[in-house]
Amino acid sequence: MAYEWDFAFLWVLWPHLLVGLAGTAKLWAVALICGLGIGLVVGIFRTAPSRILRSIGTVYVEAIRNTPGLIQLIWFYYAIPMVTGWQASAWLAAVVSLSIYTGAYSAEIYRAGIASIERGQWEAARAIGFGFGAQMRYIVLPQALMRMIPAFGNRAIELAKATTLASTIAFGELLYTAKVIAEDQMRPLETYTAVTVIFTVILLPVSYGCVWFERRLARRGGVHRD
Amino acid sequence: MTEEVLRIEGLRKAYGLLEVLKGIDLTVHRGETVCLIGASGSGKSTLLRCVNFLGYPTEGRIYLEGRLIGRESGGKMAYRESKLCAVRTHVGMVFQQFNLFPHLTVEENVTIGPIKIRGVPPAVAHEKAAEQLRRVGILDKAKDYPSQLSGGQQQRVAIARALAMEPSIMLFDEATSALDPELVGEVLVAMRKLAEDGTTMLVVTHELGFAYNVAHRVVFLHEGTIYEEGPPQEILVRPRRPRTQDFLRGHTAFRMPEPEMTPAAAVDG
Amino acid sequence: MPYDWNFSIVLQYMPQLLWGGLHTVLLSAACIALAVPIGVVLGVIRHQRVRFLAPIAVVYIDFFRTSVALVLICWCYYALPILLGVNLSTFTAVTIAIGLQASAYLAELVRAGLGSISTGQWEAARALGMPGTMRLRYIILPQAARRMIPVFFLLVVEVVKTTTLAGIVTYPEIVYEAFRVSTEVYRPVETFTIAGLICFAFLFVTGRIAMRLERRYAAVER
Ligand SMILES: Nc1ncnc2c1ncn2[C@@H]1O[C@H](COP(=O)(O)OP(=O)(O)O)[C@@H](O)[C@H]1O
Ligand SMILES: [Mg+2]
Repeated sequence: MAYEWDFAFLWVLWPHLLVGLAGTAKLWAVALICGLGIGLVVGIFRTAPSRILRSIGTVYVEAIRNTPGLIQLIWFYYAIPMVTGWQASAWLAAVVSLSIYTGAYSAEIYRAGIASIERGQWEAARAIGFGFGAQMRYIVLPQALMRMIPAFGNRAIELAKATTLASTIAFGELLYTAKVIAEDQMRPLETYTAVTVIFTVILLPVSYGCVWFERRLARRGGVHRD
Repeated sequence: MTEEVLRIEGLRKAYGLLEVLKGIDLTVHRGETVCLIGASGSGKSTLLRCVNFLGYPTEGRIYLEGRLIGRESGGKMAYRESKLCAVRTHVGMVFQQFNLFPHLTVEENVTIGPIKIRGVPPAVAHEKAAEQLRRVGILDKAKDYPSQLSGGQQQRVAIARALAMEPSIMLFDEATSALDPELVGEVLVAMRKLAEDGTTMLVVTHELGFAYNVAHRVVFLHEGTIYEEGPPQEILVRPRRPRTQDFLRGHTAFRMPEPEMTPAAAVDG
Repeated sequence: MPYDWNFSIVLQYMPQLLWGGLHTVLLSAACIALAVPIGVVLGVIRHQRVRFLAPIAVVYIDFFRTSVALVLICWCYYALPILLGVNLSTFTAVTIAIGLQASAYLAELVRAGLGSISTGQWEAARALGMPGTMRLRYIILPQAARRMIPVFFLLVVEVVKTTTLAGIVTYPEIVYEAFRVSTEVYRPVETFTIAGLICFAFLFVTGRIAMRLERRYAAVER
């Protein structure tokens, strides 16, 4: 007996899915901005002359990358109220944990990008009289950022995927909304299929964009803009 | 030529257990061009890098414009990176691999130091940059990116970049060694012009013709010590000591005296 | 009011957490066992640009690379049984979801690994008179596999992390057990700290092995 597909209810309920998608987008955007900021600081720590800063960076990156994101999320969900005394907030826990998660991975992107700049560039900047900060700001980062763009694109995709973790603490993003609808309508097949399709339709073009940009960079070989 | 620009006393430099420089004493006077020659691995690059503190000396003193660099504590010298940044602005360095900043135009390469470090107003910096670029004969490429230039052109930009900081002394570390043979001449011509303008220069080179024609003094470095030094006509033509003689015998391509280097002759190779 | 940490009560439940950890490992192993054959075949198809099959492989790989693990798990757990008309255990549903996704990543890894072998190797094998599949089997794949091993371990780390989502559909892995423990002792922060440390220990070691292997193979090839 073949299953009878019926997407009619989604036609009615799509505004709910849209609200869920908006929740996903908001979480994604805030966590991405915070994560890239954290990553920049930690990435510079990881390449700094100071041994203490380097160790701090290493511990942070290793700790975050070697534990599952779900455990971090749940941990922050319970730990934030404990420290602050505020009521548990799914939104805050999701933003904090996803920012920190993205921070660790993007720190590695910054670090690798910075490390990919030849030693001669650092030395030439030093020889002119630039200090570490100025070498980084004027010479190394402008060159490295360009090379990092595809990796950041991939990181953004991974973060978009990771936002679904927030459904486990009942934050109203797309997957959580879908779960509610699926149970309510008793139509999990159609609902989860719809969610799968939505994510693919959004993320696949971004992924192709990253590949395209990477090829372009590789073809040009250099980093100069013209 | 009495005023001392650079004075090196008892300079030693070790990488771990390997002692690369074993006590160097060297003085460079204002307007003087000193050529540093020696076999690969003899410590020439290490010496230059110590002079602008890309590597810290293990022992010894370096005076720039008569001032001792670093702080003396317990018979040893201590260096603070923040202080050294200021020192480096007074020492220009030209690398074998050019090391131009690929994301900046030729003009920006030359102006970034004066603007960001000296706080020179951009308009003034651009004017001065044009002057330095004209000196090395590459003003017409000011708006180009380094990747659009030949090796010889890039190296001349690198020279202009160093000159733009108005350093007390210019260091050249095998500035022509990474170039195709037909491009060597244009860089040597530019360097010669600087020397004739009275720029104080310490030049590591394998171009013995350049040393012969341009240097006031030639220093032969052997295994981390100054083995022989003197006017080029003596060191390069009638070296007294055996290692120097061996070294010069290895340089058979050395034409001496080098034909007068006009730009045209240089381009012909 | 400073929080009064209490790990000792949670530590009494350590066996339960470790039992969950064991399930995590088992589940990961099953996912990788499913991913490896599919990934290798798809990777070879992609690299060799096999007619008709290569475009299908591209669609498969791109779909799974950009889809969301948790959504796939929910789909396989809630939707797939309806579609097939059979009951699937959580273990099976999660293994299908994560295994298929991992196979897509692995296929990309295999393709890159094959691409990194110089054409000289292919030509030398051909000069010996080897047919195509033999060239691949005896000359190219062994070399490529060696280069892929470090990244493969990183993929394993990602798989293990992903399997912690299985608790959401009630598979008794470490997060699921941690939830049960924390509702029993009302110590969620301590419980998840311990669960996190267990995962860290396991994943950190796996990552170190990857690094060690990477260094060793880099040295061999020089
Ligand atoms: N960063 C370093 N660490 C260890 N040894 C070095 C380093 N830089 C240079 N050396 C060693 O110092 C010696 C002199 O090097 P260098 O000054 O580059 O010689 P030259 O420029 O005369 O060819 C060489 O034996 C080289 O291997
Ligand atoms: Mg050298």
